[in-house]
Amino acid sequence: MKYDDILHRCFRCGYCKLTDDYEDFNCPPYRKYRFESFSPGGRMWLIRAWQQGDIQITERFQKILYSCTMCANCVEHCIFPFSDDLANIFIAAREAVTEEGIIPPTVRDYLKSIHAYGNPYKEPAELRGAWADGSPVPVYDGHEYLLYIGCVGSYDERGQLIARAVANILCKIDVTFGILGEEEICDGNEVRALGETWLFDRLARKNIERFKARNIKKIITLDPHAYNTFAGDYKNLGADIEVHHYTQILADRMDSLIPSLKECTATVTYHDPCYLGRHNGLYEEPRSILAALPGITLVDMASNRRNALCCGGGGGNFFSDVLGGGRESPAKIRIDQALDTGARIIAVACPQCAKMLEDAIKAEDREDRLEVADIAEIIERCLG
Amino acid sequence: MNIYESLCDIIGGDYVSRQAEDLYIYSRDSGTQPPRHVDYVVMPKTVEEVRHILMLANRERIPVTPLGGGFTLSALVVPHKGGIVMDMKRMDRIIEINELSRYALIEAGVSQAALRAYLKKHHPRLQHSTPEAPPTVTIVGNALIQGHGHLTPRYGLHSDMINGMEVVLPTGEICKLGSSALSPSWYARGPIPDLPGLFIGWFGTTGVVTKLSMKLYPRPHYREVLVFSSDDIDAIPEVIFETTQLDLLEDFFLIMQEKPDWMNHIFYVVILSAHFEEELAMKMRAFTNLCNKTGNGNTIKVVKDLHPALRTRFLDVPPKAAVAADFRKGGGFQYSAAILPFDKVPAIWRKGIEIAHKHDMIASYVHQVLTCHSIMFSFNYSFNRADNNDIEAARQAIDESNRFTLDIGGMIWKGEADAQKLVMEKMDPGTANLIRKIKKTMDPNGIMNPGNWEVS
Repeated sequence: MKYDDILHRCFRCGYCKLTDDYEDFNCPPYRKYRFESFSPGGRMWLIRAWQQGDIQITERFQKILYSCTMCANCVEHCIFPFSDDLANIFIAAREAVTEEGIIPPTVRDYLKSIHAYGNPYKEPAELRGAWADGSPVPVYDGHEYLLYIGCVGSYDERGQLIARAVANILCKIDVTFGILGEEEICDGNEVRALGETWLFDRLARKNIERFKARNIKKIITLDPHAYNTFAGDYKNLGADIEVHHYTQILADRMDSLIPSLKECTATVTYHDPCYLGRHNGLYEEPRSILAALPGITLVDMASNRRNALCCGGGGGNFFSDVLGGGRESPAKIRIDQALDTGARIIAVACPQCAKMLEDAIKAEDREDRLEVADIAEIIERCLG
Repeated sequence: MNIYESLCDIIGGDYVSRQAEDLYIYSRDSGTQPPRHVDYVVMPKTVEEVRHILMLANRERIPVTPLGGGFTLSALVVPHKGGIVMDMKRMDRIIEINELSRYALIEAGVSQAALRAYLKKHHPRLQHSTPEAPPTVTIVGNALIQGHGHLTPRYGLHSDMINGMEVVLPTGEICKLGSSALSPSWYARGPIPDLPGLFIGWFGTTGVVTKLSMKLYPRPHYREVLVFSSDDIDAIPEVIFETTQLDLLEDFFLIMQEKPDWMNHIFYVVILSAHFEEELAMKMRAFTNLCNKTGNGNTIKVVKDLHPALRTRFLDVPPKAAVAADFRKGGGFQYSAAILPFDKVPAIWRKGIEIAHKHDMIASYVHQVLTCHSIMFSFNYSFNRADNNDIEAARQAIDESNRFTLDIGGMIWKGEADAQKLVMEKMDPGTANLIRKIKKTMDPNGIMNPGNWEVS
């Protein structure tokens, strides 16, 4: 497999599990399961053991491999020169497992849905743009920007609310954009993270062709996952696109919004999505938006920015749920971390994080103490 | 119920494993020792769970190996005779920080990182002595193997910093040792018979330590590093003596590395700390002046313009010393650690270089001065885990280093099983017999980490 010349170089010293100040373990599967086998180092050693024939692809090995959320905490904190490759090594191992045809059932189902329907919800493509029905959002027709929504924003009820909020605000600040509607297809970020390279390649090339055919040069993404693959993988595949997450656009144009905003008193903490933060270094844009909202007091959780704990939904886990729930699930721990700040709202900039954290709040019966709101939704409230 | 079901019954199925992947990971460490068989891994959360596991193991005659961070590099917590590995890391509560009496009462799974971060946040005037190990290693594990850290030159080995402990005996009894045997406070180890000694340096062969009271120390506001260099190997004992004679340092270690060339000298690294700027300036002056006095000013010289990366490496607590594992791009590292009187350093310094060259390695040293009485001399061997010849070469180098250590009258720190065998062969027969008797009394069925400290 790719990177097999690196696997043996992991010393299993464990820096990869921690935050900068060593305050806590920050690797979602390790934090949940606590066996060393679920740490990044354990995973490295087990992948090597599998490559050498010392262990087989079992249910446990799959769980260890696929419970990784690709949050990149290990990439940030490993002290060795190969740290940048860690998440890619885990993806490469998933690729190799996929080639063997032995993948967890929930991963298989997800990939089958993407293959058959173009989305994980088994919904028809015609409904992809339904979230925008009744709104003034146009279909892309040579606008300055394409607003790319992604599967969660298109089909999930919670994601649709966020999509509408983002679109409304973009309209409000006179960004000229359109959507692809039923012509939009899955960006493939999770497909790649789950190791289905062939399918990812197909999706990516199809998307790139569509962008080219419509002369789309600038894209705004709703979802950090799409941002990640467009800005990284697609460009490597030759896409000639300028990619923005919607928070970058808003952060640049807050001046035009501010006159319309009314005071909206609330203490808010911000959860960094891994694909915006650690993977792409976008930490300040979302915070600058929140800080500019009148009445909003922004407080950071102890673990923030490159030390933020993942919600548990990354690397395909939002759909496959290999990591699973329970009291030690990262989303529940994240909720506790948010509550520790005294905030009443945990702001997000990712529909997957929104769902994960909201589910945790419900499961923990904390709805009276904490609410999840996308940054766009908070702005909408301030718009009155 | 079979053993697995019984273990699940005690701590719940989520924290018991007999699956090949977990057994694989717990059957080896990052040093040179070959893997050994493990039957079960368990992760208890409470002392009661530990007690029930030990009672089960004792009844069924199943070996139990307690594991902290699992980073001895000499496979001390990889079982020799299979059985249960008891990973203590879920027992991770910091139970009490007594600021006035300066101690931390912690559970066995608390890492160096966790205590350090907790103190920084809640008790910034206090610190604990932190070993030159990755931050994930546990306080308890390190203290029990007689580890040392950045405050050792001033306050002693980490085992000397133990105020007391809670232990579970192999037969299931729970005991509190130190002042906690008499009062709710864990402030002192004596004056009663020094029972913690029954668990320090025994590598888990006498019981499982579940709680520990560790001394904390004032955390000075200022820290600085001063480095001397020298090429005079024979002068090392004198320099160490004079440097420690000043009685003003926080940490003191010696380093050398044959490559790059500029590192191929003896470097004396002195860490100074102070509560006041004037105090720090005075200490800096005192140690700088030492240069001019020692050997008429010709033996050591102050390193000016210390590279910022080195300054960070020296002042970092803990330092990122683990990077040594990538020297040969192979993820493997082990060292043979000799505890020595100062006068033995020149001979062992030369021998270490000879051993490294014999095995086509670059000699590399980090030695920490332990109080002002002895030194931990470390023969460092990085190796490539993907190359069996390289692993074997490192293993042989370690064995030769161990033998030389014993030959010149030193002691081996946390030696692997073969090293322990060498120690036991050389040990006074009366002492070896006492070890055997104590083990037999405390662990009649020999279930605790068997294969360690075995007397033939």
